[in-house]
Amino acid sequence: MLDGRGSVKRRAGARLWLSAGWLAVLVLAALLAPWITPKDPLAQDLFLGRLPPFWETGAEPGYYLGTDSLGRDVLSRILYGARLALIVALVAGSITCLLGAGLGLLAGFLRGWVDVLISRFIDIWMAFPPVLFSILLIAVIGPGLGSIILAIVIIDWTRFARVVRAEAMAQGAMDYVASARVAGRGRLGIMLREILPNVLPTIVVLLTLEMGIAVIVEAILSFVNLSISTDDPTWGGMIAEGRAAVYQAWWVLVFPLITLFLTVLSFSQLGEGLKDRFDPVLR
Amino acid sequence: MRLLRTFLMRLATTAVTLFGVAVIVFVVIRVVPGNPIAMMLPPGATEADVARLSALYGLDKSIPQQFLIWAGGVLQGDFGTSITTRQPVLALVLGRLPATLELSVMALVMAVIIGGFAALTGTRLRGTRTEGAIDVANGMALSVPDFLWGLVLILMFGVLVPIFHISGRVTPSLDLPFVTNFYLFESLIRLRLDLWADIVAHMFMPALALAIPLSAIIGQLLKQSLKETMHLDYVTLSRTKGYGENHVILREALPNAILPTLTLVGVQFTFLIGGTVIIERLFSYEGLGNMAIDAVINRDLPLIQGIVILFAAIFTAVNLLVDLAYAALNPRLRHA
Repeated sequence: MLDGRGSVKRRAGARLWLSAGWLAVLVLAALLAPWITPKDPLAQDLFLGRLPPFWETGAEPGYYLGTDSLGRDVLSRILYGARLALIVALVAGSITCLLGAGLGLLAGFLRGWVDVLISRFIDIWMAFPPVLFSILLIAVIGPGLGSIILAIVIIDWTRFARVVRAEAMAQGAMDYVASARVAGRGRLGIMLREILPNVLPTIVVLLTLEMGIAVIVEAILSFVNLSISTDDPTWGGMIAEGRAAVYQAWWVLVFPLITLFLTVLSFSQLGEGLKDRFDPVLR
Repeated sequence: MRLLRTFLMRLATTAVTLFGVAVIVFVVIRVVPGNPIAMMLPPGATEADVARLSALYGLDKSIPQQFLIWAGGVLQGDFGTSITTRQPVLALVLGRLPATLELSVMALVMAVIIGGFAALTGTRLRGTRTEGAIDVANGMALSVPDFLWGLVLILMFGVLVPIFHISGRVTPSLDLPFVTNFYLFESLIRLRLDLWADIVAHMFMPALALAIPLSAIIGQLLKQSLKETMHLDYVTLSRTKGYGENHVILREALPNAILPTLTLVGVQFTFLIGGTVIIERLFSYEGLGNMAIDAVINRDLPLIQGIVILFAAIFTAVNLLVDLAYAALNPRLRHA
């Protein structure tokens, strides 16, 4: 039993570092994109359309991962796409977290009509197919970075609210909360000073998972062609083009897909790894 | 009695939820910029033409008035007329529903088979390398959503080893003798195995993409429950009676370990149905989700409303059924 637990812990540690490593590389790539991209990600050259990656015959030097149908460099577009993906992950993830966790904390701690109201909204939200809802919202607010972030916040706040509400409820029933009440702490004080710190590990895990979800939502929206303007490089937009021409130029689909896959996997594994770290049973 | 009361309570909250969904969709899509009527008329149309057609679709009234008219129609089974195709919304939606249902159910069956197999194998071979490999595969499958699995499958079985179709529901040149839109089911009933094979070759990848994340959830939870059950006294007892390991797992542990998994499958099934929207788009599969995206792009307001309400109704119905099934199956709740 004991050695089994040790190997679980080692494996968890390895995946935590691997995913953090990939995300660090991505952040660096996004920050340094203007200096490290070999080509202009927007430059079109129809004479250089659908060039294969460097190891295939017919490749042009400088276009390491080939070009799309308009002759735009795949590698440069992936690197610039990382900027958008990470901005969406960070900003949308954080705002969603603040809104959802805040409402969940209020519902779970205050109970009463606040809880009834928020829970009813959660029920209604859960009855929407999320992808369809996001596409609908973008169609309404119009495309653009702000719209994507807004759509993610509107749709995903329930992920935080549901879990945090349940946690806050469980914490609220514990003795330390009762003793804080006896000690004369106000309700706001108890909520922020006593309950929030105990729910925080859960919130951090959810936030990490949400960042991965935000990246996927952005990709799905650009896949449906509802994301940013069509010119700006996005992973989802590249995937949509690659999907349409998968028999002619597989590399236009494969490389953005690998990048997106690893990124989503990393956010998720980071979240799961953190969960194991915080989990007293495994620790 | 208690069960009945729970049921009625749940039915009431379901009605409230559906009403909320209807109101939200109704208001949200009417804030859409771009007049859908202007889009469907030819370029030479006058202001008067637009006004006349708007009146025909009731779009000249205030939003609350429009909602009352629409809700009154819905209660009589009239969901309005699609603006782009000019056909009744209900007929359009019901025509596509079978495709989405078949896809969802096939995905569910795949998920149960894969997840169940993984959990049972992992339990049978616990402590070995195989168990470790199954855990790692489970973790991967769980972390990556259906959309990305769909793309991976397209590359693997559509391009690298092209054995399945990557788009559509059935090969268009085939002559279909079907009277319903349940192609998969009807081809089987009519024993047209040639058509059945073609339909399965189209459905396989989208269904598998939807199934992979769910199978991981099933595999993980079922294995966890099995692990806990395997330590119970009655399992040890049956082992001392001399039963083999396979019998102990399948006949003794499994029936007791399966209940939490069943509940979870029900809830997760609604997520799977929600996933069909983008998966159908990805595989150009002619179901509800694909139609919904087209409706949003074409600003077909009545059609969008109809589809979202139908999805919401399916979601809430599945959740209701799961709760009831759980109450009926769980003796502790039944006799409470």
